[in-house]
Amino acid sequence: MQIPGLNLDLDRLPAALPIWHATVSLDAWLPAARGVAACGGRLVALWGSDAQSPGSQLPLLSEGLAVNVAYALESGLVWLALPLAGDAPTYPDLSEIFSPAARLQRATADLLGISAQGAADARPWLNHGAWPRDHFPLRQSVPAGEAFPDARQQDYAFVRVEGDGVHEIPVGPVHAGVIEPGHFRFSVVGEKVLRLEERLGYTHKGIEKRFTQLPPLDAHRLAGRVSGDSTVAYAWAYCMALESAAACDTSQRARWLRAILLERERVANHLGDLGALGNDAALTFALAQFSRLREDWQRLSNEQFGHRLLMDCVVPGGVARDLDPAGAARMSGQCDAVEREVRTMRAIYDEHAGLQDRFIATGRVTPELAAQLGLTGLAGRASGRHHDLRCDHPWPPYDILEVKMATHRHGDVAARVAVRFDEVLESLRLIRAMLVTLPAGQVRVDVQLPVRPALGAGWVEGWRGEVFVALELGGAPDGSPIRRCHCHDASWQNWPVIEHAVIGNIVPDFPLINKSFNLSYSGHDL
Amino acid sequence: MWKIIKQVARSGIRTETQPKSSDALHVEAEHIQRRVLDILGRALTIREVDAGSCNGCELEINALSNPYYNLEGLGIKFVASPRHADMLLVTGPVSRNMEQALRHTFDATPSPKLVLAVGDCGCDGGVFGESYASCGRVSNIIAVDVVVPGCPPAPIEILRGILTAVRRIEPARTDKRLPATLA
Repeated sequence: MQIPGLNLDLDRLPAALPIWHATVSLDAWLPAARGVAACGGRLVALWGSDAQSPGSQLPLLSEGLAVNVAYALESGLVWLALPLAGDAPTYPDLSEIFSPAARLQRATADLLGISAQGAADARPWLNHGAWPRDHFPLRQSVPAGEAFPDARQQDYAFVRVEGDGVHEIPVGPVHAGVIEPGHFRFSVVGEKVLRLEERLGYTHKGIEKRFTQLPPLDAHRLAGRVSGDSTVAYAWAYCMALESAAACDTSQRARWLRAILLERERVANHLGDLGALGNDAALTFALAQFSRLREDWQRLSNEQFGHRLLMDCVVPGGVARDLDPAGAARMSGQCDAVEREVRTMRAIYDEHAGLQDRFIATGRVTPELAAQLGLTGLAGRASGRHHDLRCDHPWPPYDILEVKMATHRHGDVAARVAVRFDEVLESLRLIRAMLVTLPAGQVRVDVQLPVRPALGAGWVEGWRGEVFVALELGGAPDGSPIRRCHCHDASWQNWPVIEHAVIGNIVPDFPLINKSFNLSYSGHDL
Repeated sequence: MWKIIKQVARSGIRTETQPKSSDALHVEAEHIQRRVLDILGRALTIREVDAGSCNGCELEINALSNPYYNLEGLGIKFVASPRHADMLLVTGPVSRNMEQALRHTFDATPSPKLVLAVGDCGCDGGVFGESYASCGRVSNIIAVDVVVPGCPPAPIEILRGILTAVRRIEPARTDKRLPATLA
């Protein structure tokens, strides 16, 4: 494993997926980014860290502030850390090479006071005025309890569109439906959208600072609440990172059960979205049908795993609950029943002229635009981006399942619907295959926290896209506390793409386009 | 169209005949509908406000509209504006970035109004607690009538919470209807 054109000293982390780590110097920062871009790699995450820890020996971690970046290459993931000197350090801007870096860099500046030199947009992103601009909550020197109750919200400098007949429609943060909060500023002429500017960060609740207050063996509960709809993906990515830092291996049975949980989460979300997309195009029948299927699905999850959304089922060292043969049989039977109904619904969707009229060519992201903007996950696959960790780096049990990747090239709402249908059917196949091959054995092992400071990383293909967790543990004697836990959601990459997807569409199609991406606000805002 | 009709016929009316749902659930649903009509004399309208949740509560609130719970069949409806609402259903620890929006939504809701805090976070801050970015429980920001704990609470628990909140305004309304001499 090496980035083309560089000779980095990469350490392989003990994880189920191929993940490497290296500390780099300032002069390698931009060449690394260009090398990754040149060989078709992509930016997975960018975050800041503060590893000030007086007295401790840190073989891997850098002292003081650092900016970190994770790139996905054909042969795996590379996590690069760039240590920075001084109290208000800067590093070279990456957004010219990888456009998703822009908002990640703004968030890093808000939380740690590390800024990208030369970045075109330096407006605050997560800090809406809740804390002073010269206060950086994620620094180690800042106590976790410090708050600013008298701080006032600041105005945000939206980009103005000028011209004859142009007017603005502000939407949110409280939306009309039962959805998460965020602000959308539309500039329109008549019904046509000229420009959309998003302002997010409303659900920022200090998750990353909160991690540093929790014992590592309990923090999977917090990880499972970064984005409730992806609780399994986050809990698994967190546990993978913890097990990687602790060099601990889980049992075969636990891996199978985790994958069953992950696929169940994918099916539940796709069923919900397929119904909501029909509903947004005025086919309320579809919402009734799919929400009924989803409810059946959630009830069986509750019956077999003790939680309707599967929260807290993935735990450090394995899973919280075993599955008995009777439960497996019920689950398999349900997969058959759901498959029949989904196939019926797909035929109805395909033949429904009114529905297809709303879906086709709406909210289009061409493969070229998708590649340029770094579109990822499910939405990426609907725009010709062939990435799915279950296929690219099949970790157990995916290595024996031969997951079939669902892709499309049209990049419109119809394509994102088609990918969901394909993925539901594939996940149903995977669940049944895993139930048949479920290995015997225990479902949970003890995780011994590392004595020395350690790094770990987790990388999982959630239903929306890849979830990445980077973890730094402090080591003994104080119980190996979490020094930094960064969680990254694919929504970071995909939110800016919606701004492009709506251009030229009519305002009433925005809910449909937005739903077809169904991005997380909470997973993005943290 | 034929396929849609066939699928509808095959699915049947799940609100009535869903085999796994207990009778208790069905009786409870009828009971709630009667109470809502008795007390309010009309539909109950709800404005949902996510004040910083992880979106888990929203998934379960949305589930209330599926055929099994059939919320609209009970005369309870989610509305798009707080100005049309009798009740605010608030989730999440209130993030500091949502504090102002939550206050504005509360002020825009006509009185008398009910506030239901849904989920562990809304009840006590949950796993997120209070911090530079989180104000914690909903009642730290606006007056709350009823809390529904759970992470997230199941749809039927949220439905029970709605009924409990409606019951709380019952005595006041009843008093108003009584002749002054009997009051």
